[in-house]
Amino acid sequence: MISKNREYSTITKVSGPLIVVSEIEDVAYGEVASITMPSGERRLGQVLEARQSLAVVQVFGGTRDLDTAATSVRFTGKTLTTPVSEEMLGRVLNGLGHPIDGGDPVIPETVRDIHGYTINPHSRDFPRDFIETGISTIDTMNTLVRGQKLPIFSGAGLPHNMLAAQITRQARVPGKEEDFAVVFAAMGITHEEANFFIRDFRDTGAFDRTLLFLNLADDPVIERFVTPRIALTAAEYLAFDKDMHVLVILTDMTNYCEALREIAAAREEVPGRRGYPGYMYTDLASLYERAGRVKGKPGSITQIPILTMPDDDITHPIPDLTGYITEGQIVLSRELHRKGIYPPIDVLPCLSRLMQGGIGPERTREDHQDVNNQLYSAYAQGKKLQSLVAVVGEEGLSRSDLTFLTFSDRFEREFIHQGAKIGRSIDESLDAAWRLLAILPEPELKRIDPELIARYHPDHRRETDA
Amino acid sequence: MKAQGTIIRVIGPVIAAGGMRGSRMYELVRVGSEQLIGEIIGLEKDVATIQVYEETSGITPGEPVIGTGMPLSVELAPGLLGTIYDGIQRPLLGLEEKSGFYIQRGIQVPPLDRSALWDFTPEVVRGDHVVAGDIIGSVPETGTLTHKILVPPGMEGTVREITGKGAYRIDDTIATIETRGEKRAIRMLQYWPVRRARPFATKLEPTIPLITGQRIIDTFFPIAKGGTAAVPGPFGSGKTVVQQQLAKWVDADIIVYVGCGERGNEMADVLREFPRLEDPLTGEPLMKRTVLIANTSNMPVAAREASVYTGITIAEYYRDMGYDVALMADSTSRWAEAMREISGRLEEMPGEEGYPAYLASRLAAFYERAGRITTLGTEGRTGSLSIIGAVSPPGGDFSEPVTQNTLRIVKVFWALDAELAYKRHFPAIDWLESYSLYSDQVRGWWHEHAGEKWDEIRDSMMARLQKESELEEIVQLVGADVLPENDKRVLLIAEIIRESFLMQHAFHRVDTYCRPEKQYAMMRVILAFEDQARTALERGAGTDAIGALPVRTRMARLGTIPDDNFDDECRAVCEEMRTQFGSLGAPGQEGGEEP
Repeated sequence: MISKNREYSTITKVSGPLIVVSEIEDVAYGEVASITMPSGERRLGQVLEARQSLAVVQVFGGTRDLDTAATSVRFTGKTLTTPVSEEMLGRVLNGLGHPIDGGDPVIPETVRDIHGYTINPHSRDFPRDFIETGISTIDTMNTLVRGQKLPIFSGAGLPHNMLAAQITRQARVPGKEEDFAVVFAAMGITHEEANFFIRDFRDTGAFDRTLLFLNLADDPVIERFVTPRIALTAAEYLAFDKDMHVLVILTDMTNYCEALREIAAAREEVPGRRGYPGYMYTDLASLYERAGRVKGKPGSITQIPILTMPDDDITHPIPDLTGYITEGQIVLSRELHRKGIYPPIDVLPCLSRLMQGGIGPERTREDHQDVNNQLYSAYAQGKKLQSLVAVVGEEGLSRSDLTFLTFSDRFEREFIHQGAKIGRSIDESLDAAWRLLAILPEPELKRIDPELIARYHPDHRRETDA
Repeated sequence: MKAQGTIIRVIGPVIAAGGMRGSRMYELVRVGSEQLIGEIIGLEKDVATIQVYEETSGITPGEPVIGTGMPLSVELAPGLLGTIYDGIQRPLLGLEEKSGFYIQRGIQVPPLDRSALWDFTPEVVRGDHVVAGDIIGSVPETGTLTHKILVPPGMEGTVREITGKGAYRIDDTIATIETRGEKRAIRMLQYWPVRRARPFATKLEPTIPLITGQRIIDTFFPIAKGGTAAVPGPFGSGKTVVQQQLAKWVDADIIVYVGCGERGNEMADVLREFPRLEDPLTGEPLMKRTVLIANTSNMPVAAREASVYTGITIAEYYRDMGYDVALMADSTSRWAEAMREISGRLEEMPGEEGYPAYLASRLAAFYERAGRITTLGTEGRTGSLSIIGAVSPPGGDFSEPVTQNTLRIVKVFWALDAELAYKRHFPAIDWLESYSLYSDQVRGWWHEHAGEKWDEIRDSMMARLQKESELEEIVQLVGADVLPENDKRVLLIAEIIRESFLMQHAFHRVDTYCRPEKQYAMMRVILAFEDQARTALERGAGTDAIGALPVRTRMARLGTIPDDNFDDECRAVCEEMRTQFGSLGAPGQEGGEEP
């Protein structure tokens, strides 16, 4: 790339967040532009399309007050980079990475391209370290492991922030005390929500290990395109250069995707499903795939993206494409929330694809897998009967069916529900699961190995204890 | 003629270059000063539109573009097996050695090791007349697989020179063939353009099942060797697990697994697991019969488009040696989306849901490369290439274009269902929606290898499952109590079929693979249960009491019994069944038999 400074005041078109600069020379695709407004204010931009004498530039900070006469554009010869350093922990930065906590500028240890590089699949280490979040439905039924990307699918008004804060607070790897860090990227969330997280991090003493990037609801939409990339670049530095275990929280991905659609519309691109650009899958993958572990490096990046499903619709393109990329999902339910159950995790559509490698003897417990299968099948059975009861009444059910009803009801009230301040160890969660499974007639426990039943079923435990 | 032009426009993975007169469609080009790999996908006067297989940021109009005169091709020679490639056949291990754990741009690594020595044994002598497809010699590529070096398609003539038995590099000339006075050298290393199907002599009827060891697939919805199948399903329904199970256990000689737009961590799982698992047929590590193409979702989109072609060309190459090859593509939707993305950048007129109008023809052409065939050559060998494509329909909606266009071509449809997955019923293949058009063709094989009653039992089991779904509607309205005892029995048997046969634990050491004979035996146990249930009902026992028999738990675990004790366990279960049924009706009588 040619790295000379070239300044032009030949803007020929302004459209939404985009400008077209003509009569230019040697501008590279992806190059960063610095735009000086008539008022002297400066904004950053990036080249989205490069032609021999013309460039389409997206302007971070928006195009308000921009004109076609006096505004000048300088091409810097660089792609988008961000400074990174360990000192960033404990800082609050804006969506472009500039401090907004009143502190000094960040002194970079190095400067990195915000788009990062693709991890060679061959160099990836398969994530297997069980993270205990203290939340029964996650630990027992949708286990999170280090290096996984596990999003929370929520809806407007559901307590996803509370859950994310609780996971951040409680997450630990049993038996290990290691260097950890939290990178928090906010995209288009409100001041109130941002304050909730900051307060929570401060109260729990995690703030010094946390790096916050805030692009709030009243900040320029176009910057949302950059915020998660800067955050992940910082996370990669902390994980793979500084050997830390980094938990990245991205919220709210729905706002990010809206920003993507806005840029696509301004560029008059052929829209894909529901007006979102056809490359949204690729774009989201370029964020989510930056989670993981690599061989020979002790650090890891675990991602918890949060998104609010428009109209609670899991088939909407945003949750849909996300689910196809991430390794599972945690789905919140309005119905459980109304019943007063916290966290209102609807376990049936939830999934953790990396659970298999993270559980079992030596990692959690030998009965974990079978208990999990049994809980799922019994709860699904109970839910099916619940809808049947609504039609035919309890008289229409057999005695064995009634035990499933009792099971699923108590499962919701005692196992899913646990309160925001309560953390349960994996042993506590599994034991709680056994107490509930004991409601069912023993021959119904078809998913559990008879030897494990003999060892862990409360009825048998009592016998052996006695 | 090799064209040399300059870039005039860059927009994401697509660039336009001027001064490219003389270049051809699908020609490989080198883009920019870093010599990135690109392919020409459009020509207008002297302007070529090029899709670039690597990240394009930093590329500036004015940089050079150089034509290579060659279409995008793969390298074919011993050494492919056990290797993992990206979408354009760059070895990931080689990339790692050059640039560490991040893939840097513009790195060139040859797909196959030029310095490795292979033991070559000639199978022709000087003066032999050979035609395309004939075997020149063979190389033991792995412990069990012999790699055959063939006369490349389009070549015919007399062998003028042939090397003796010995160790050679893939670049070495091993034979010279003279055609009409012209001498041509043959090396182990050969090339083939990925977008062109390799030729064969004739297509054969697919009559042999491709055994997968998955009960619901082999018994109810079988795929034949040389057949095509699609696995559509919403996210979380277990597509990838099904694909990986097939990659592990199908009785093919070679597996080509294309992770197209896949998750990086899942590929890491495959890479961790395959070298440790044993092929049930040969006892060799599974990795040794596998070629992996991994183009994860964050790798350049154009290479994703190319990855399925790279995979299928390698698969055809082994098919031509006379092997049974199975190709898994996970997921073809990502491939279609890559087409859509490129098409959008080209500002082509979109078809349905923004996909290009040529989506259907591209899908059809891809699946048509499957088949059981007689190869070229004087003595044609029989080989097969089966394709199993995963489809990821947005929102799990099967009416979308990729699913629909795929269904018009493939013969087997394994519909994955989110509701089943939520209940942790795996494999979550919906038995009512799915179908296989090979059932009749493979019947003969099953009769011969498992038992005469195969289709009879199978049909009766399917009838129970279908009846169950009809009855479920009534139960939803009025409850199960009002049903006559016979219908209750159907519900009970259907439940047993579901939990004792259809469900299969992919992560259980034993249950992960179920031999055809075992599948047949398990069906017979269920049949025996139904027979005795019917008699017991006639004697006045209630369905509820039958349903509560403890033997059911033992039946549900039959899949997890290792082969060594399976026959004993089967007998024991039947014995227990008789005893328990006996205690139901009139005491002292043997159950299952008329008094």
